[in-house]
Amino acid sequence: MDGKIVIETKELTKNYDGVTVVDRLNLHIREKEIFGLLGPNGAGKTTTILMLLGLTEPASGSAWVFGYSPTREPLKVKRLAGYLPENVGFYNNLTARENLMFIAELNNISRAEANRRIGELLEIVGIGEVANLTVGKFSRGMKQRLGIADALIKNPKVAFLDEPTAGLDPEGINQTLDLIANLPQMGTTVVLSSHQLYQVQRVCHSIGILSKGKTVIEGSLDQLGREALAGGNYRIEVETAQPNPQLIDIVNKLPGVRKVEAEGNLLLINADSDLRAEIAKAVVQSNTPLIQMKIQEFSLDDIYMKYFKED
Amino acid sequence: MITIIRKELADYFTSIRVFILFLLVFLASAAGLYASYQGIRGIEPGTGFVFLRLFTSSGEVIPSLVTFIALFVPIIGIALGFDAINSERSSGTLSRILSQPVYRDNVINAKFLAGIVTLSIMMAATILIVSGFGLRMIGVPPTTEEIIRLFLYLVLTIVYGAFWMGLAILFSVLFRRIATSLLSSLALWLFFGFFYVNLIVPAIAKTTETFLLLQRFSPNTLFQEATTVLLLPEWRGAGILTAGEEIAYMLLNPLSLGQSMLIIWPQLTSLISLTAVCFAISYVLFMRQEIRPT
Ligand SMILES: Nc1ncnc2c1ncn2[C@@H]1O[C@H](COP(=O)(O)OP(=O)(O)O)[C@@H](O)[C@H]1O
Ligand SMILES: [Mg+2]
Repeated sequence: MDGKIVIETKELTKNYDGVTVVDRLNLHIREKEIFGLLGPNGAGKTTTILMLLGLTEPASGSAWVFGYSPTREPLKVKRLAGYLPENVGFYNNLTARENLMFIAELNNISRAEANRRIGELLEIVGIGEVANLTVGKFSRGMKQRLGIADALIKNPKVAFLDEPTAGLDPEGINQTLDLIANLPQMGTTVVLSSHQLYQVQRVCHSIGILSKGKTVIEGSLDQLGREALAGGNYRIEVETAQPNPQLIDIVNKLPGVRKVEAEGNLLLINADSDLRAEIAKAVVQSNTPLIQMKIQEFSLDDIYMKYFKED
Repeated sequence: MITIIRKELADYFTSIRVFILFLLVFLASAAGLYASYQGIRGIEPGTGFVFLRLFTSSGEVIPSLVTFIALFVPIIGIALGFDAINSERSSGTLSRILSQPVYRDNVINAKFLAGIVTLSIMMAATILIVSGFGLRMIGVPPTTEEIIRLFLYLVLTIVYGAFWMGLAILFSVLFRRIATSLLSSLALWLFFGFFYVNLIVPAIAKTTETFLLLQRFSPNTLFQEATTVLLLPEWRGAGILTAGEEIAYMLLNPLSLGQSMLIIWPQLTSLISLTAVCFAISYVLFMRQEIRPT
């Protein structure tokens, strides 16, 4: 992901009753990526999203969404941003279709176009067959799905999804995550907030972890893992049939290798870059049977735990 | 904004609440008509504003139509406004609407306007229906002046209803809970409708002048005074015509339309400005308020 940065915050700060709930936040979100705002409850994720949408005023700092300031040009931001609020709600006396039609009208989408999009979106989120049922009869999960359709009705350049999988059953979570993962292909940048690690890990390209209003860490997922856990290195694990002291020497001398440790049949190699090809060659040349080799993938759990252990 | 007004109106006209209000209005009109049927027989034909008597005569037990209207207009206003904002906030629809490209004030303006339209339709319907039935009942068509007076009365009731609606909307912005905003509006209505004029003012007023002055702080008094001047131009009492007061006290040279208008002008403008104040406060509060449902 190296699209240009389309959403940016600079020292964004928000206070409620003298308590700082978002503290000098600096975020950089690239075009057509899925950005996860991660953090425990009360970390300030919702507040951040509200500020990015111009729905609440920051105390200080600034934000930019596709070149517009949510504080000064809220309407321009709202024209291109879709929003799924936390605890999304609809008019219970209207049908799913009517609820979406109202939002489409507020966005000046023509009736024909709106009808087409509504039909399409309700199918995509899996509630096509209840399009003409009043929302009062919907379950929490169905409303959540309708909320996602609602956020996408204007074909947004960016979708802010606040806890998009809250209230969904496991199947619903999977479908929703798949749907979100497809949004960048349709040209939509996604900012989602969640405290569900594995969900974020599954779909997000980049994340920002918030804790008590402060960014703990921000960056693309794979880069973050290495920085956080391996000090910026690649960790490569090589399993051989027999440990071979010579092999350790040879690997150690490969350019880019920083450290080699042996652990039973395993060789743990720290390197500056992905040296799997070179290492494999060296192993084979030293006549040691190679069983398997893998490059360590960092799970978000590891990152998350590293930063929240202290709490 | 048109979109929101249209939706609000559609909401009102499909809601059970507004249906019940209409029912209430029709029952009250029927009762009022019956009252004037009883009361109007005492009047000699050809004297004064016979047609207006339809609205102001009371029966032996049933109060006159204007008394009914004075009673239910605040209720309608409150019913139309008490949950305008807080219901949207608590149901989570407010944040969804405000994240669309609409100005925030459009939302509250649209609600206010849709309420006024609904109110106007209700009041106009009431007055037209009563006039229609009344015409058949007494067989005397209204004079041009009576029509103008009735029209002014319609405007007056709409303004009065708008005041209560504005107040209810203000409470709906102020209080997160729907029950709180409803009860506060009703409490204020009871206060002005009963306690203020009947208990508090008599207790603190030493002279008749202060009594009258203090009374006028109540929107109910303003409305009743203006009603009396408009619909009972023969009546010269400084205050309000209450049910049962006899026509015998009336002077024979009624106020001209111009004089009536001159007299009610302060009442009308006070009511309008009270409404404007309520609305302005709601507006300002709403514009600065956090929109999250918590
Ligand atoms: N309207 C408010 N008034 C006061 N404090 C608030 C308000 N809204 C949120 N907060 C506080 O701000 C903090 C951040 O909230 P929020 O952004 O909703 O967190 P998250 O979405 O990450 O769970 C919380 O500690 C919450 O109590
Ligand atoms: Mg939240």
